Amino acid sequence: MSENQQSRRGAALRLTGVGRDFGANTVLRGVDLQVAAGEFVAIIGRSGCGKSTLLRLLAGLDRPTRGRIALGTGEASGSARIMFQEPRLLPWARVVENVEVGVSEAEAPAARRARALALLGEVGLADRAEEWPGVLSGGQRQRVALARALASRPELLLLDEPLGALDALTRIEMQRLLERIWQHQGFTAVLVTHDVSEALALADRVVLIDRGTIALDLRVDVPRPRRRDRPELGAMEEQILDRLFDGATTSPATAAA
Amino acid sequence: MTTTTTSVLPVEARRDEAAPRREVPAWLKGSRRWLADAGAGWLLPFGLLAVWEAAARLDLLTETILPAPSAVLLAAWTLLLKGELLTHIGVSGARALAGFAVGGLIGFGLGLANGLSAASRTLTDTTLQMIRNVPHLALVPLVIIWFGIDEGAKLFLVALGVFFPIYVNTLLGILTVDPQLIEMGRAYGMSNTALFRRVLLPGALPSIFVGVRYGLGIMWLTLIVAETIAASSGLGYMAMQAREFLLVDIVVLAIIIYALLGKLADSVARALERRCLQWHPSFRNS
Ligand SMILES: Nc1ncnc2c1ncn2[C@@H]1O[C@H](COP(=O)(O)OP(=O)(O)O)[C@@H](O)[C@H]1O
Ligand SMILES: [Mg+2]
Repeated sequence: MSENQQSRRGAALRLTGVGRDFGANTVLRGVDLQVAAGEFVAIIGRSGCGKSTLLRLLAGLDRPTRGRIALGTGEASGSARIMFQEPRLLPWARVVENVEVGVSEAEAPAARRARALALLGEVGLADRAEEWPGVLSGGQRQRVALARALASRPELLLLDEPLGALDALTRIEMQRLLERIWQHQGFTAVLVTHDVSEALALADRVVLIDRGTIALDLRVDVPRPRRRDRPELGAMEEQILDRLFDGATTSPATAAA
Repeated sequence: MTTTTTSVLPVEARRDEAAPRREVPAWLKGSRRWLADAGAGWLLPFGLLAVWEAAARLDLLTETILPAPSAVLLAAWTLLLKGELLTHIGVSGARALAGFAVGGLIGFGLGLANGLSAASRTLTDTTLQMIRNVPHLALVPLVIIWFGIDEGAKLFLVALGVFFPIYVNTLLGILTVDPQLIEMGRAYGMSNTALFRRVLLPGALPSIFVGVRYGLGIMWLTLIVAETIAASSGLGYMAMQAREFLLVDIVVLAIIIYALLGKLADSVARALERRCLQWHPSFRNS
């Protein structure tokens, strides 16, 4: 990883006893988690277990009921960007203008445009800059959203099942793109996913949330690029699925990979 | 209301981003373009006009009931030469525009305020909805008492009529902007001004245009009534004067000019809409 730019490094993240209640409903009850700078962490868990809630807390879109969230390593404050499950592009703005949304408004218009175009190039959509988002495919829209999220050179990128709605082939393509950009830019990444094999393909660590706390924290020491048929990955997938359905009373349909 | 009954943009349709476009078979494309070029929409009115003229020539219509189109045209030419016609059109047009501007701006402003601020909404919306239930033309006698047959009367009535559709649709437009986009804007650090300029206003625009086109229809309707009842100039006055002297051709002329002006206003609004909503699937040309 080269470090010729100030924001090449990611921000570290530390959660201590983080909890979130919605009325009487305790969704998160004491999450302790440390993420090193530049690390790629995947968060998995059943639907409704509080993954999005946790990510919104990290993004600052919501405040924890209990506990502390510290971002950055003292000297750097750490800038975070969130990428949603839906692309959430402005339909009335051209593709390049949508990416400009991610660039600080303090910058000069020409600089913003140049930055947006450069990022569109990185996600392979330079030639679609002047189109309306409405004419793009689902995968292309999500790539524009990724370019927008990266446009401010964030130190922490939060991804809330951004590939969940894509077809299998497009999803694999996007996973590779994401991995390449992450390796290149060195930001810290937290990816929420319900797809165990996706988590194992991308993450340095897989964190499983169950009943409001971290039930499993698994390091994935497999060199990249990872082939999906690596036997270690298969073993880990078994382990995660076992833990997911351990003591579960509901049907095991949620996380079938 | 001739101008407002055409299909308007359904508000719900704004969210679907890439509605599938209907395939037109290649052999149809050519003929479609030809029809559009020739202004197929005008075939029927001109056909009716021809039938009407024929009926008048064959004495199926009495001149005092409905004069022939050619007679109306002749009346138009005569009035044009006397300079009266353009004066009346100018007076009516100025009234329409002034009333539309006043009512439209107030409606737009209040719609924005109530869409953006819950406090403002609680304070004024109930009152406005109550007033909305009074048909504004029911106020004509009261307005005549207040303003006589002054310009104030026409301005007041037109502005009041235009106000509500623009107010309601601006408010609705702001309130129905996709909350996910608003959240995105906030998460990406947009200031309130940027959020308004880049998310709220463009998101509300399709609905605002619905209000504008509806308001244009109400504008003409109100003006016709107001000028017919209380005016000393303008197209409605011209028609009422002509009625007293049984000049049916001029009465019909006034009606036709109203219709043409209504059509013109609607066309301008549509062109503006097409320009501003290029991104929208319903207006995307290529
Ligand atoms: N704003 C909210 N108000 C009330 N309940 C909420 C809110 N957001 C999330 N919840 C509840 O928190 C739980 C976890 O939701 P979420 O974090 O979206 O789950 P997921 O893991 O599927 O992303 C759900 O039971 C949901 O109903
Ligand atoms: Mg979720």
